[in-house]
Amino acid sequence: MEYFLQQLINGLTLGSIYGLIAIGYTMVYGIIGMINFAHGDIFMIGAFISLAVFLILTSILGFAFLPVVLLIVLIIAMLFTAAWGWSVERIAYRPLRGSFRLAPLITAIGMSIVLQNFVQITQGARVKPLPPQVQGGITLIPPSEITGGISVQLSYMQILIIVTTVVLMAGFTLLITRSPLGRAQRACEQDRKMAALLGVDVDRTISLAFVMGAALAAVAGCMFLLLYGVIDFYIGFLAGIKAFTAAVLGGIGSLPGAMLGGLLIGLIEVFWSAYFTVEYKDVAAFSILAIVLIFLPSGLLGKPEVEKV
Amino acid sequence: MMAVTSANTSPGARARQEENRFAQAVRDAAIAAFLAGVLSFFFIGFRTDIAPGGLSLKMRWSAWITAIVVVFVGRLLLNLFVFNRTWSGSSTKPRSATVSERLPDLGKWLLRAFFIFALVLPFVAMYFFPNRDRQFIDIAILIMTYVMLGWGLNIVVGLAGLLDLGYVAFYAVGAYSFALLSTHFEFIGFWTALPLAGMLAACWGLVLGFPVLRLRGDYLAIVTLAFGEIIRVVLLNWYEFTGGPNGISGIPKPTLFGLEFARGEGSFASFFGLTYDPIHRFVYLYYIIFLLALITNIVTMRLRALPIGRAWEALREDEIACRSLGINTRNTKLTAFAIGAMFGGFAGSFFATRQGFISPESFSFIESAIILAIVVLGGLGSQIGVVIAAIVMIGGTEALRNLGFLTYIFGPGFDPVQYRMLLFGLAMVIIMVWKPRGFVSTREPTVALKEKKRIGADLVAQGEGH
Amino acid sequence: MSAIIERPEPVTVASTEPLLAIRGVETYYGKIVALRGVDVDVHRGEIVTMIGANGAGKSTLMMTICGDPKARTGTITYDGMDITGLPTHQIMRLGIAQSPEGRRIFPRMTVMENLQMGAALVEPSHFDDDLRRVFDLFPRLKERITQRGGTLSGGEQQMLAIGRALMSRPKLLLLDEPSLGLAPLVVKQIFEAIRELNRNEGLTVFLVEQNAFHALKLAHRGYVMVNGRITMSGTGMELLKREEVRAAYLEGGGH
Repeated sequence: MEYFLQQLINGLTLGSIYGLIAIGYTMVYGIIGMINFAHGDIFMIGAFISLAVFLILTSILGFAFLPVVLLIVLIIAMLFTAAWGWSVERIAYRPLRGSFRLAPLITAIGMSIVLQNFVQITQGARVKPLPPQVQGGITLIPPSEITGGISVQLSYMQILIIVTTVVLMAGFTLLITRSPLGRAQRACEQDRKMAALLGVDVDRTISLAFVMGAALAAVAGCMFLLLYGVIDFYIGFLAGIKAFTAAVLGGIGSLPGAMLGGLLIGLIEVFWSAYFTVEYKDVAAFSILAIVLIFLPSGLLGKPEVEKV
Repeated sequence: MMAVTSANTSPGARARQEENRFAQAVRDAAIAAFLAGVLSFFFIGFRTDIAPGGLSLKMRWSAWITAIVVVFVGRLLLNLFVFNRTWSGSSTKPRSATVSERLPDLGKWLLRAFFIFALVLPFVAMYFFPNRDRQFIDIAILIMTYVMLGWGLNIVVGLAGLLDLGYVAFYAVGAYSFALLSTHFEFIGFWTALPLAGMLAACWGLVLGFPVLRLRGDYLAIVTLAFGEIIRVVLLNWYEFTGGPNGISGIPKPTLFGLEFARGEGSFASFFGLTYDPIHRFVYLYYIIFLLALITNIVTMRLRALPIGRAWEALREDEIACRSLGINTRNTKLTAFAIGAMFGGFAGSFFATRQGFISPESFSFIESAIILAIVVLGGLGSQIGVVIAAIVMIGGTEALRNLGFLTYIFGPGFDPVQYRMLLFGLAMVIIMVWKPRGFVSTREPTVALKEKKRIGADLVAQGEGH
Repeated sequence: MSAIIERPEPVTVASTEPLLAIRGVETYYGKIVALRGVDVDVHRGEIVTMIGANGAGKSTLMMTICGDPKARTGTITYDGMDITGLPTHQIMRLGIAQSPEGRRIFPRMTVMENLQMGAALVEPSHFDDDLRRVFDLFPRLKERITQRGGTLSGGEQQMLAIGRALMSRPKLLLLDEPSLGLAPLVVKQIFEAIRELNRNEGLTVFLVEQNAFHALKLAHRGYVMVNGRITMSGTGMELLKREEVRAAYLEGGGH
C-alpha cells in the first residue's frame, strides 16, 4: 500500500510534465490539424535554456537564493522557448498552410531533426548532469514494521512540479475559456474561415498557439531538468511521443483532456516500471497509444471525430 | 498595393521604389538577424560542458556574433537576389507548370539514362576513380538501398495512401530474420534466407496492418510510428534472442552460386581466374541491390496496372467511395501493407548481409523518417522521384564526407560530417517549402482511354488514407 | 437562357460614390473560373439583392469582397479605399460584416460566445447596447443564450449568424442566402428584420438569394448573376416584372 502510494506520487509528478507538453500538441492539432512533430524538441530546447540560465545566474552572476533563481529561470526559459516555437511555425509550417497535407508533416519531422542536431552540435552530444537543487521533502508515512520498512516521501521537488503545473493549468484554462484571446483561439479551432470573417487575424492566432505551447513546454523542460538532473539533445523524442500519446488519450483538442492524459500516461509508466519491467515501460506507453487510437479515437474527453468526406 | 502599378511609372519613381525595396530587404534581414540572435543566444553564445565539480559554462561571443552576421548577410542576399519576384506585388497566379508538364517525357528519357548509368556504374567508378572506387560503390549501394526502401514504402504511402511512419520495422524484421536464420542454421545462405525474410516481413505487415485498418491520416502515422518503436525496444531488450544492444555479428556474406568472395580456393576470384580484389564483393553487392530494387520497381509498375493497383489508388482518393463500389478495403489495405513490408524485408536482409553486423540502433525512427522523406520529397507515387530524392538527400549528405578541405578554412576541429543530419533536416524543410508536392508532381494515369493525359498534382489525393 | 443577356441599366443614385464598388472582378478556384468580370455598386443606405441559380458564383462574390479567395483581376473599392489585396481580417475591420453561406456558427461555443466573437473588434463599452439591439431583433436568441451553437435549429442559427454580424456595428452587411432551408414564416421574420435595420438605422445591405421573390421585393436594386456574370440589373420591382426573371427564378426552379 505504501509502495503504491509512493508510486502514485511519482506518477503524478511525471504525469504533470507530460501534461504540460501535451497541451502544446493538443492546441496545435486543434487549430491547424497537424501533429507538431518538433514539439518534443521544443521541450528539449526549453530544458537546455533552463540549464544555461541556471548556470549563468548561479555561477556567473552569483545569485544564491534558490526560489528567485528558479523563478527567473522559468520566465526566461518560457520567453526564449516561445521564440523558438514561434520561429518553427513561421519557417516550417506557415508557408505550407493550405498546401498538400503531408508537406507540413515532413517539414515537422525535418524541423525535429534540425533542432536535435543543432543542439547536439552547439552543446555537444554528452549528457548534461545538474546536481539536485531542490532537496528534502516531507515524509508522509515513516518507515515502520507495519509498512515493511517502506516510507512514503513527498519531496519538495515533487511539490514544486505539481503546484507549478496546477497553477499554470488553472491560469491557462481561464485564459482559454474566459478571455477574448482564448475565444479567438477556439474560434479558429472550430472554423478558421469564419474567424477571419469576424476580423480575427488567423495567422497571428495560430502563431500564438505555438508560442503558448512552447512556453508551457519550456516549463516542462525546466521541471524535467530539476527532477532528473540529466538532459541531452535526444530527450525530446521520447517525451514528445509520450506527451502526444497523452494528448490523444485525453482527446486531442481538449485542454483538460491533455492534462488528464498526461497524468494517466505518467501513472501508467511509473506503475509499469514499479510492478513489471523498467525495460518495457516505453512499450507500455506506445501500446496504450495504439490501443487508444484504435478503440477510442476521440479519447477520453475529446469530441467525436467528424467524418471528413 | 503600390507595387502593383509598377508597369508605367517614371524612372524617378522606379528608383525610389528600388530604394524602398532595398530598405525593406535590409529591415527584413535585420529582423531575421535579431531573431537568430535571440534563438541562438543560449546555444551558440554559451556552452555547458562537464567539468570537475559540476558543469562549466563557456562564453562564445565571437561565434554568436558570427552567427548573427551570417544570418543577416544571408537573408539580405536572399531578399535581394532570390526572393526578388515576391517583393513586387505578389501575383496570385499559380506558377506555370510547363517544366513539370514536360517532365514525363523527360522522365522516360531520364529513366533510361539512369538505368544505363546505374547498370555500368561500378565499372565507371573502377575505371575513372581507381583509388576511391570502393567508396563510390559504397555510396551507390547506400543510395540504391534507400531507393529500394523508398519504392517499397511508395506502395503503401504513394499508391494506397496509407501514411506509414514505422516502415523501418519491416526493414528490421528482414534484417533480423536473415541474421538469425543464417547464424542458427548453417545451410541457410543469403539467397535462401531472402525469400524467407521477405515472407516474414510480409507477415508482420499483416500483423501490424490489421489493427490499424480503421485509422487514417495522422493517427495512422503515429500508430505505425509506435509499432516501429515497439519492435525496436523489443529487439533491444530481448537479449536471449536478439543479443540486445550488442546485436548480431558474423552474418555470412552473400555468395554467387556457392562462390565466396574471399581469398583462396573455391572463391569467385579463383574460379574465374582473376586476381583477388576486395572490390569484387562490393560490385557484387551493388548488383544484388540493383536487382532487388529493379524487381521492386517492376512489381510495383505491374501491380499498378492490375485491379489491386487500381484499388489502391482508388483507396487513396476516397475510401468511402471505394467501399460503395464493392472494393474490399480491408484486403486492399492489408495487401498494400504486406507487399510494402515484403520489400522492406528484402532490403533488410540485404542490409544485414552487407554490414555483417546488425543492432537495434540501425532501426530507429530516424530511418523511417528518412525513407518517408525520400518518398514525399520525390513526389508521392512517383518512382523516378524517389530516385532523385534518394540521390539528392543521401548522396548529398554522404558527399559531406569528402569536404575535408574545409578544415583549412574553419580550422582543424571542423568536421563537416557532424553537420550531416542538420543539413538533412534543413533540406527536408527547404525542399518541402519550395516544392510541397515533391520533385516530380505529375503522374501518368495507369489506365487510359486512347490517349494518356498527365494528371496534375492538385488532382491527386494526398495520401492520408481518406 | 442566352437571350436574356443585356447591358446593366444605369441606376439613378446620388452623386456620391458608392460605398462598395466592384469593377471587373474575376475570381478563380485553381484553374476553374468562378467570376468572369463582375461589376456591382452598392450605395449607402441601400438594400441590394443579387439573385442567381445554384453555382452562379453568388457566394464566391460575397467571399471575394472579403478577400478569400482574392480577386485575380479587377478592383474592389470600399468607402473610397482599394481593398482588393487586403487580408480578410483587415477588410472585416473596416466595417464590413458577413453572414456567410451555411451560416458557419461556431458549433462548440454558446450563443453568447458567438455574439462575443462578433463583437471582437468593437469597443467593449458598446457591447451591452449592441446585445440588447440584437435581442430586440431576435428575441429567440435571448432564450437560447447559454445553448451551444451547434444545437440550435436552422432558423435560430440564421438569426445568430445575422446577429453576430450585427454585433460588429457594420456599415455594410453582407448576407449570403439568409432564407436557405428555413420555414417560410422564419424567412419572413428575417427579411422583416433586415428591412427594419435598413429603415431605422440606415444600414447598407447586400444580399444574395435564390429565393428571388422576397429578396427582390425587399431590395432597392437588384442584379441577376448567371455563370459568373451579371446579366441584368435594375430596381427590385423592375426585375420582378421581367419575363426572363419570372421564368427562370420565380415559377420554375430556384424558388
